[in-house]
Amino acid sequence: MERIGKITEISGPVVKAVGLHGAKMYEAVRVGEEELIGEIILVRGNEVTIQVYERTEGLRPGEKVIGTGEMLSATLGPGLIGMIYDGIQRPLPEIAKAVGDFISRGVEATPLPMDKKWKMKKLVKVGDRVEEGDIIAVTQETKTIEHRIMVPPGIRGKIVEVNEEDKLTVKDTIVKIKTPEGKVVEICAVHKWPVRRPRRFKRRLPPTTPLITGQRIIDVFFFIAKGGVAAIPGGFGTGKTVMQHQLAQWADADIIVYIGCGERGNEMTEVLERFPELKDPRTGRPLMERTILIANTSNMPVAAREASIYTGITIAEYYRDMGYDVALMADSTSRWAEALREISSRLEEMPGEEGYPAYLAAKIAEFYERAGVVETLGSKPRVGSISVVGAVSPQGGDFSEPVTQNTLRVVKVFWALDTELAYRRHFPAINWMRSYTLYTEALKKYFEEKVDRNFLEYRKKALSLLAKEAELLEIVRVVGPDALSPREKEILEIARMIREDFLMQSAFHEIDTYCPIKKSVLMLKTILHFHKHAMEAVKKGIGVDKIFSLPVTVKISRMKELPYDVYEKEIALINEEIDKEFSEMGVPTCIGE
Amino acid sequence: MYRGVNVVRAGKMYKTIESIQGPLLFVKRTHDIAFGEYVRIVAPDGSERRGQVLEVAQNYALIQVFEGTEGLNAADTKVIFTGETLEVPVSTDLLGRILDGSGHPIDGLPDPIPEDFRDVNGAPINPYCREYPREPIQTGISAIDGMNTLVRGQKLPLFSGFGLPHNLIAAQILRQATVPGKPEAFVIVFAAMGITSDEARFFIEDLRKSGAIERTVCVLNLADDPAIERLLTPRVALTIAEHLAFDHDFHVMVLLTDMTNYAEALRQISAAREEVPGRRGYPGYMYSDLASIYERAGRIRGRKGTITQMPILTMPHDDITHPIPDLTGYITEGQIIIDRELHKRGIYPPINVLPSLSRLMKEGIGKGLTREDHRGVSDQLYYAYAEGRSLRELVAIVGEEALSPRDRRYLEFADRFEKEFVSQDFYENRTFEETLDIGWDLLAMLPEEELKRIPSDIIKKWHPKYRGSKVGSSS
Ligand SMILES: Nc1ncnc2c1ncn2[C@@H]1O[C@H](COP(=O)(O)OP(=O)(O)O)[C@@H](O)[C@H]1O
Ligand SMILES: [Mg+2]
Repeated sequence: MERIGKITEISGPVVKAVGLHGAKMYEAVRVGEEELIGEIILVRGNEVTIQVYERTEGLRPGEKVIGTGEMLSATLGPGLIGMIYDGIQRPLPEIAKAVGDFISRGVEATPLPMDKKWKMKKLVKVGDRVEEGDIIAVTQETKTIEHRIMVPPGIRGKIVEVNEEDKLTVKDTIVKIKTPEGKVVEICAVHKWPVRRPRRFKRRLPPTTPLITGQRIIDVFFFIAKGGVAAIPGGFGTGKTVMQHQLAQWADADIIVYIGCGERGNEMTEVLERFPELKDPRTGRPLMERTILIANTSNMPVAAREASIYTGITIAEYYRDMGYDVALMADSTSRWAEALREISSRLEEMPGEEGYPAYLAAKIAEFYERAGVVETLGSKPRVGSISVVGAVSPQGGDFSEPVTQNTLRVVKVFWALDTELAYRRHFPAINWMRSYTLYTEALKKYFEEKVDRNFLEYRKKALSLLAKEAELLEIVRVVGPDALSPREKEILEIARMIREDFLMQSAFHEIDTYCPIKKSVLMLKTILHFHKHAMEAVKKGIGVDKIFSLPVTVKISRMKELPYDVYEKEIALINEEIDKEFSEMGVPTCIGE
Repeated sequence: MYRGVNVVRAGKMYKTIESIQGPLLFVKRTHDIAFGEYVRIVAPDGSERRGQVLEVAQNYALIQVFEGTEGLNAADTKVIFTGETLEVPVSTDLLGRILDGSGHPIDGLPDPIPEDFRDVNGAPINPYCREYPREPIQTGISAIDGMNTLVRGQKLPLFSGFGLPHNLIAAQILRQATVPGKPEAFVIVFAAMGITSDEARFFIEDLRKSGAIERTVCVLNLADDPAIERLLTPRVALTIAEHLAFDHDFHVMVLLTDMTNYAEALRQISAAREEVPGRRGYPGYMYSDLASIYERAGRIRGRKGTITQMPILTMPHDDITHPIPDLTGYITEGQIIIDRELHKRGIYPPINVLPSLSRLMKEGIGKGLTREDHRGVSDQLYYAYAEGRSLRELVAIVGEEALSPRDRRYLEFADRFEKEFVSQDFYENRTFEETLDIGWDLLAMLPEEELKRIPSDIIKKWHPKYRGSKVGSSS
């Protein structure tokens, strides 16, 4: 039976209607003669308020509103990978096919290819008992990703029939399950899940493994765990998007969900053009074969921008439940918060700080809470994770604003982008004094066992040199460089070396764009090795200028360009050269590193 | 009659205005009105204005009036709901024409024949259908071409301040912009919002002198034109630009000036509606609203034409953190910063390259596009200039004697960079090669091993020392 209401009021993306009996919060509805997609966000007596995911120009009071009875949901099944969706999971290529290069409204498009036949390997047989989360079949979604089809939420029982057909569409029944209540349900490869509700799992696990990103300042200084949460706030032009792209390209996750939330169209185009060409360093396959894109750009409807974050994280949870490590990037969460603000102000809710609704903090916390390492449901549980990296775009670059502050309360890693560094073209413009990671203890064991016994010490040493540099520069600013001792001048120079030859990393350099963690550590060790000698040399009265114009310093500055197959050998040679050049100046080789 | 945005069929007439507040009309007892509908308002003196429905319910409608509400009253003002959206006629005949801020010809010439009528709000380009812009535009200005290269299809604003020569720079760009190796000239759409008639005349004269006026459409809302109409002007201009670019294969350069006046009009409406303000009194949706303008630039796969946007905005109090430049910078693909301090020192164009940025430069330069050494040269110039400028601050405190020879070199570098690289004449049109060669002349002041931003093979090939020509001063 169709439930139909009537529009009474329209103001931008917010529409009011009456007479929709049995309307539920977050129920999906169809609005107006064109049946635009909307969602109920307020129920008050006979009246509902709806946010509409498309432009509302031309809607009139009196037009109909149809209740769907369903919550706004994501459609989950094989075929997600490699797709680019809008905020409510409509494939953009399908929209283009239907209406051309410009997005018009009212376009219907199914999220997954419905006719495509997938070669499915069934993992259960008649008589098996299964529960929610158990894998019943697998299919190769891309060359590297096996899609694990699970018993959908809320279902358990005994397999009573297995479809022997090899190739199935997502709508074909794979198995039939007889539930304890005696009902027989048909299971196919696709199901829906309401985007605003976190998917279930058995329990949370502590993070133990770093998400390796190939970005030196992150991997060595401010690392994030698989299952961790990080925020990257910064004014415009400080490098949020480039960093998010870098992470999407190089992070060692199995699946990437990239949400372009209220940002530029061309940035999504860039990913679309580049990812099919670039190879995943772990598998050698095109990056697009592990990536799902969600693009609700700044000029697309604002309510769908609000939804895009939830669509993205729901898809991420779905792959986590299969047992994968998923990394989700949201660029930018501020645009999502602004969408909340816009809708809230149309509802005439009581505004909080800077006009944001009072529940902003809660919404941000709920979103990041969906990250983490979990043990999945199912009789043979798997371990999966979601790492979330959210870009934040503080107005005026001012980190005291509400979105940044509320985000920092929940994330464990803070990459503080710095406008001054960006102006100097020091990229990534992550400020090493303000940034932090809270995963040091959780990842200590991993780093010491898998990367380098002294990993954390090198890190500490380098960070303390940089801190010392900041202090010294303060002195120089007041009284000039002459006030410094040679020992202090050496610190300034070595800190410059750390900044320029280690921390700076061009995303656009064909080699340096990705730095294996092993190489990162070798580079840092080399600089610290040089530092030891330099301190000795200073003690012996050798001038700092002379030390830092040794020929080997040029080689140190070009370590980043060393190709992947030769860096180990070359960096070893550089270390020998350091020993040699210093010993020629009468400084013996340092021992005991 | 040629109608500009006045696409009028019969429509429904009401005389039930309940209240008038700022630029808003509140009309009661309306029936079956569409959200966003275009409205004609007939004033008591018989003159006509245009408006748009901002909010509608079963029995009332809220209307914004583009020409303002001065002289309207509740008793005798007629409101005619047209049932149409705001549309503008588009045509290649508009080239060479001057229109008012809502698209009516004001040059006294015969009315152009419309090829089509288009919704002024346009529709978002599907990101899947975009093509990433990669063709460098040579503006002939070194600070832009060398350091912040503009590409065809980019949106790159000038962030300026009162009294700074942004108009000269914009005019110079319009006059000189070409894509090396591509003969097609740009077609220009010039949208003025609240600038003075002197300023508008300056642009039009400059375009006339260079002959570009024949391929220019001017859409003018001047300082004494209705403020609320400014919300329409850039949309009219971009609707025409989209037609020229995507239906007629033109490469269109759209100049939008001054976006600050546009944002003020937006704030005015928001205040009249008593909306909850975002930062500094500007509406919370200003980001989305500006995006609906700036994102109407770019290229589309399979279509030949492009839209390049050059918005100009004057930053209140030269404050880049003010919401207008701030939200603009978050949307546009970089920004060119016109700097008061450089201007005071007599440098033209006073572009401060350090906070300037062209986000699309990275894909638009290099071998086959500009020259293979472009990236390295520009990175190194940045580094050296930033170094020199921060030393300048130090010198102000401790004096030059305290500096090391290295530091003194960077100090001198920064001076020469401003005088030789950034500075040029209003009529000086440099090629990419000339710009890069000046860059090399300057870099030659520095010891070669300091040129760490440039790949060694590029140094060997392009450094004056190895090229044997045009060697700069000794190092
Ligand atoms: N890691 C990097 N390497 C080189 N250039 C970078 C890097 N990060 C940022 N940039 C430069 O800064 C510009 C702005 O970066 P972007 O990520 O778009 O900023 P945001 O998203 O913070 O506005 C880029 O276009 C690029 O020129
Ligand atoms: Mg960005």
